[in-house]
Amino acid sequence: MSNPFIRLEGVTKSFGALTVVEGLDLEIERGEFVSLLGPSGSGKTTILMMLAGFENPTSGTIWADGKRIDGLPPHKRNMGVVFQNYALFPHMTVSENIGFPLKMRGAARAETAERVKKALDMVQMDALSDRRPSQLSGGQQQRVALARALIFEPEVVLMDEPLGALDKQLREQMQLDIRELHRRLGLTIVFVTHDQSEALTMSDRIAIFNRGKIEQIGGPAEIYDHPNTRFVAEFIGETNLVNGPIRKSDGGTARVELAGGQEIMVESSQDYAPDERVCLSIRPERIKLRPAAGPANTLRATVSDIVYHGDHLRLLLSCEGASFVAKTDRSAQPPAVGAAVDLSFQPADCWVIRQ
Amino acid sequence: MKTLPLARLIFGAAVIFFLIAPLIAILPLAFTDSVFLNYPIPAYSTRWFEELVTADVWRRSIVNSLIIGLGTTLLATLLGTVSALGLREKRLSLLLATIKTLFLLPLVVPAVVLGVGMQLMFAQYSLTNSYIGVIVAHTVVAVPFVVVNVLAALQGIDRRLEQAAASLGASPTTVLRKVTLPLALPGILSGAVFAFATSLDEVVLTLFVAGPNQRTLARQMFSTIRENISPAIAAVAFVFILGTILLALIMRFARGMRQGQA
Repeated sequence: MSNPFIRLEGVTKSFGALTVVEGLDLEIERGEFVSLLGPSGSGKTTILMMLAGFENPTSGTIWADGKRIDGLPPHKRNMGVVFQNYALFPHMTVSENIGFPLKMRGAARAETAERVKKALDMVQMDALSDRRPSQLSGGQQQRVALARALIFEPEVVLMDEPLGALDKQLREQMQLDIRELHRRLGLTIVFVTHDQSEALTMSDRIAIFNRGKIEQIGGPAEIYDHPNTRFVAEFIGETNLVNGPIRKSDGGTARVELAGGQEIMVESSQDYAPDERVCLSIRPERIKLRPAAGPANTLRATVSDIVYHGDHLRLLLSCEGASFVAKTDRSAQPPAVGAAVDLSFQPADCWVIRQ
Repeated sequence: MKTLPLARLIFGAAVIFFLIAPLIAILPLAFTDSVFLNYPIPAYSTRWFEELVTADVWRRSIVNSLIIGLGTTLLATLLGTVSALGLREKRLSLLLATIKTLFLLPLVVPAVVLGVGMQLMFAQYSLTNSYIGVIVAHTVVAVPFVVVNVLAALQGIDRRLEQAAASLGASPTTVLRKVTLPLALPGILSGAVFAFATSLDEVVLTLFVAGPNQRTLARQMFSTIRENISPAIAAVAFVFILGTILLALIMRFARGMRQGQA
């Protein structure tokens, strides 16, 4: 039987009448990078605060490395925390900030100095060791915060939207840096974010939060390709959702009728009751603007708008009873607005969400 | 419309004159050669400053003011800082909110009322006519200033700094020592300056609880002006003004520290 490194069992957290996290079960393996993703107010930050020990669960238990840790004060948990606003000590220099956890652990002066130097090297901040945090840019402060959270080799690193305040380019660079550190040091990271692309690029697993509960947990590809619920499908990436009843289903394929009367063939190994209403998720990049060959679905539609996105075009297509968004690359000549086109997609690209 | 800036200038100057006129009136008299506290000044000398440091009553009262002022500063800063730490939550329970109001009460309660109450109470514990009694009395009126200043400083501290310190292995007392107090230091310092200044010019309570041995400078000025109107009072006033300017400079420095950290 596997013994997960971190385990939350039936964790509930209420503030007065407001329940922020409800009956949550979550297991995290050693060395795993898990993102907690969800809209604001979905409870993801509260989970992190409970892992760090700043909040205690109203009920339920939290285990780390086989020991029960709920109720343990933060300074005895050995977890590194990186905050969104970095939370560097303004009255200490960069070196003193990074050396702080070692000083707390009673490390000798010489050893501290040496390890601080290594940590500064790791985040490429060695030239600025005597600066105060207020003299650093956002990205530099983030690197210092990271070094400070890693220097004492914590068992787990908790990150609360650490890249939220950085501009796009710097954020992408830091995403790669953190992922690289994660691999190289074998860290266990719990990463809270509301940015779905950040979660997709960095995580081993993503837990999607909605109203204090985990809606779905799984690897990035699984979450993106096979969302369990409408909420997940809409939250992760962009998608086309169409509803309709099942008209026919047999061993591996099913037909779904749209509001306009067209039937769509989908690949699905599940069994459906006749006329069961389902929701289909079809990703915009799967939709092609040409009549399909073979057993694909083809719909007649009009182009109602074209949006230029630099590397791709986004076409708004309307057909009877439904509308679709399609992403096309710019190699082909795009149709004009108002033109009639054939849009097509493969049965395998339709994902059925049961309601 | 054009006259408005001029009118504003004149009005501003008038208000400032109104505020500092008493000082302008008294300060030159500190340097008079005469034994009377009035104009015109026949000749200038520093004899009254010499009087302050040589005459026994003045020397004693200066020493008393320093002893009581420093004692009050220490006690009020300690009590005020600790209370501010307990009252820093943004949302106070009814009990804490009441306690906070009680801490600030000495700011509005008339000093005579406090003085009467203290004299009655101190008599029971034989604290009248003692340094401790005067220090305690001054502390009561000085604590609110410390509480207000330290609370303002504490509320400016990001809680996540303390959480970060805890997550990095600092115990609650270490967090207090290494993060909270250093960051609140400017507020604590200006609270201490206020406490010292409060003690220095406090007369009413002193009249009620101090004996002849605890005569402070302010108390001595009060009786001198009634008994023999000596220009030594003007000299003391001059020293007070210098001291106040010095304290104001210290506070500016403290505020500069706070901004330097932001």
